Amino acid sequence: MGTVDLAVREAATASSRQEKVINDLSIQVATVNGSGSQSANTVLLRSIFRMGIPVSGKNLFPSNIAGLPTWYTIRASKNGYIARRKEIDFLVAMNPETAEEDVMSLGAGASVVFDEKLKLQRLRDDVIFYPVPFDALVAPVCPNAKLRKLVRNMIYDGVLSKLLGIPMEGIHEALKQQFSKKPSAVDLNFSAAQVGYDYTEKNLPKRGRFYLEPMDATRGKIIIDGNSAAALGAMFAGVTVCTWYPITPSSSLAESLAGYMRRYRMDPETGKATFAIVQAEDELAAIGMVMGAGWAGARAMTATSGPGISLMAEFVGLGYYAEIPAVIFDVQRTGPSTGLPTRTQQGDILKNAFLSHGDTRHLMLMPASVEECFSMAIEAFDLAEEFQTPVFVMSDLDLGMNNWMSGPFPYPEKPMNRGKVLSAEDLDRLGGFQRYRDVDGDGIGYRTLPGTRHPKAAYFTRGSGHNERAIYSERPEDYVNNMDRLSKKFETARRRVPGPLLQEPDGVEIGVIAYGSTHWAIVESLDQLRQEYDLPVSYCRIRAFPFAEQVLDFIRRHQRIYVVEQNRDGQVYELLRIEADAEDIPKLQSVRHYKGLPIDARSVTDEIVSREGKK
Amino acid sequence: MSTTTVPPSPPKKLNRIGLEPSDYKGNRTTLCAGCGHNAISERIIEACFELGVEPHRVAKLSGIGCSSKSPAYFLASSHGFNSVHGRMPSIATGTMLANRSLISIGISGDGDTASIGVGQFVHLMRRNLPMIYIIEDNGVYGLTKGQFSATADLGSKLKNGVINDLPPIDTCALAITLGATYVARSFSGDKKQLMALLQGALSHHGTVMLDVISPCVTFNDHVGSTKSYSYVRDHDAPLGEVSYVPFFEDITVDYDPGTTTEITLHDGSRLLLKKLNADFDPTNKAETLRVLMEAHEKGEVLTGLFYVDTQKPNFMEILNFVDEPLATLPESSVRPPKKVLDEVMDGLK
Repeated sequence: MGTVDLAVREAATASSRQEKVINDLSIQVATVNGSGSQSANTVLLRSIFRMGIPVSGKNLFPSNIAGLPTWYTIRASKNGYIARRKEIDFLVAMNPETAEEDVMSLGAGASVVFDEKLKLQRLRDDVIFYPVPFDALVAPVCPNAKLRKLVRNMIYDGVLSKLLGIPMEGIHEALKQQFSKKPSAVDLNFSAAQVGYDYTEKNLPKRGRFYLEPMDATRGKIIIDGNSAAALGAMFAGVTVCTWYPITPSSSLAESLAGYMRRYRMDPETGKATFAIVQAEDELAAIGMVMGAGWAGARAMTATSGPGISLMAEFVGLGYYAEIPAVIFDVQRTGPSTGLPTRTQQGDILKNAFLSHGDTRHLMLMPASVEECFSMAIEAFDLAEEFQTPVFVMSDLDLGMNNWMSGPFPYPEKPMNRGKVLSAEDLDRLGGFQRYRDVDGDGIGYRTLPGTRHPKAAYFTRGSGHNERAIYSERPEDYVNNMDRLSKKFETARRRVPGPLLQEPDGVEIGVIAYGSTHWAIVESLDQLRQEYDLPVSYCRIRAFPFAEQVLDFIRRHQRIYVVEQNRDGQVYELLRIEADAEDIPKLQSVRHYKGLPIDARSVTDEIVSREGKK
Repeated sequence: MSTTTVPPSPPKKLNRIGLEPSDYKGNRTTLCAGCGHNAISERIIEACFELGVEPHRVAKLSGIGCSSKSPAYFLASSHGFNSVHGRMPSIATGTMLANRSLISIGISGDGDTASIGVGQFVHLMRRNLPMIYIIEDNGVYGLTKGQFSATADLGSKLKNGVINDLPPIDTCALAITLGATYVARSFSGDKKQLMALLQGALSHHGTVMLDVISPCVTFNDHVGSTKSYSYVRDHDAPLGEVSYVPFFEDITVDYDPGTTTEITLHDGSRLLLKKLNADFDPTNKAETLRVLMEAHEKGEVLTGLFYVDTQKPNFMEILNFVDEPLATLPESSVRPPKKVLDEVMDGLK
């Protein structure tokens, strides 16, 4: 398939074709990777946002620096739906390689803005064509031939401005924001957009039914990607050590952290940093540095994706047994090696739950929004230190690398929780301590940090073979005692991690369980099920592993539960089967989306409707 | 009733911070009797005692192997971390990032360093992280019963007769090339030299790479081994005599500048290198590498301080972060105020 998905739009009836559709459309821009379309697309997104219309943007790009096809989808939705939509209403066909297939996959009634020389009109008679002579238009406004390739993309912003009703002032404002560090680019790009607008006004009368009109649903909102949001969260969590190794789609998390930290975390008096960010030689070293730093008391983190997690497995297991705080952002992607490294997936859930050898179970937080990327980053550092264990924040490429609309992030209310760390004064008072003794009955021992000036502070850290005093031991009783305490600690965490968010209409038998970025398709799908099929469905959004007791209660209360997720093997479905009551297991059904594309509501709705026998 | 007279106990020997030698001891070793590693632990204990190192400031770090067990056998009142195979450098890096006031002593082996850990070793040396990296080098994997390691010499023979047919990695040459700033080789049986090199190491604020030939009495101390006690004794070719003058002792040493080089270390202590070869200059990388290569060709086990650079900035200086430990910075230093979040949010609207 040349385009991202085969549009399966239901044929529009003759009457609905005439009906004006306001503030509910999706635009897809098909370009060649490296052609500089990113700025034009971001400006388009932001200028719609400035009209007060809820909007989201998704970049579907290849693993390539330049030359391969890439698509950018913008969805404007008066209802605030921000999941990917399968159906494309407006196509901007700039890539000769994929143009024909892109056009063929459109539903009837869609519109196509395209480079005139591609002659796409011949392909169909049930879509609306707007041919634009991009090269002829760009030449006069951009005398510098080298820049033309980049600037010509701005022309389609001007064309769409005229066709859809986006004010040119909004485009100008968005350009100023986009090029705040390069003001000279604003005028050049705006004149290109203006040329597109003027050409359209003169030559391309508006047909079709899609319009944008100002509304008031984005006031006070922000637009940010999940990786930047997580980086901000880490900064406000008080991270002091970040060690990482570049890997798509997580690199921008560490890079934005470095940007924010340089700006806001330099000591105002000395000019010195209150942090260390190190690009390690590989993921083995990145996690090893986190372990060393966490052991020595720093709030330490790394950011990676699936292949990096595999390399970190040994150390994460040691972190579990040696009980070392660590925060690992896993921005999940598709597959190993060259797989589909630039495509999204919720593919590391099962692996991370039990990562490493021996009996291990790890804490995972599952943000669904950019706001949760921020707040869960903060929560993760508290949990890691409170439970003295590695904590995963399970983001994904869709959440991490795409722009999302959100309310502004709330400043953390709680002070940092540094966990059970004994100072020299504590040791004086207590007369000593036992590192792995369950003093409080919650499975969590007390630790000391290297450098604590006290003769009783030191202990020796190693893997699983130790007794309560951290002395090497292979005695069966010591091993079992330690393992049972670690289990107890995990159960304590079950009561402490963020619980699920529940939405339950009265008397409903069917439930949906989902997590992470799948959330947005579920929100929309629940509306579709209710409005189109009169099928009210309960919803339980899981936010952490171990699953809180409320998740199991939700399963107990419903007859059929659809576990919707973005992987082939139903990874949370499988984890739920491990944790659910035996009699509840048959109630669970797995709905899986694993195309490398962000999940959409219609796919979920169709699947549930079909399984419920409604179709 | 008879009376016994208790002889008066000799006055306790105390160091400059008032601690006894026993305050630097560790747990009883579980390594083989006669293992070179135990002698190295003894020298670490002595060096730390003599210099008055505060035990609570030391972090003892290791990977996996016989060598990596040894941090349990010295400095019991220092924190220790026996991590995973070949990964001590990253643990040390993280530890030092978290708390730059620590003195990290990393113990590795030839397998732990030159094979599984060579990637992290290489990058640690590049960064010039302030720490002491000791390889307890016996040319074999002891804990898995005697397989060759990557520092075993070409032609060296295992107990079962297997001959090593690959050339060794010279960890000192590698460390010098990569950027370590205090590189030496010694022999666990040479108390005096090892002691002086360790004391110098404790006074240096950059990456110290100390390769100590440390014979394995169980798997590599036989005829045909080039890492046996007798082979190393017979082939040990010291560059010269090394002596150490700590910063807190006001001692004037007379020496002949023609044959002796004085090196002032970061804490003000001095190393005096009395050279057998008057031309040898331990601050000249190319020269050192030539001498090392020539010794290999002659079948000599060259020992001594090969290279020192007290000018190169260390990793902490390059990163330019605050002097107090990052680990214990208060919330007010690490969580920016609400106005910062408001400013960032405004920029995203």
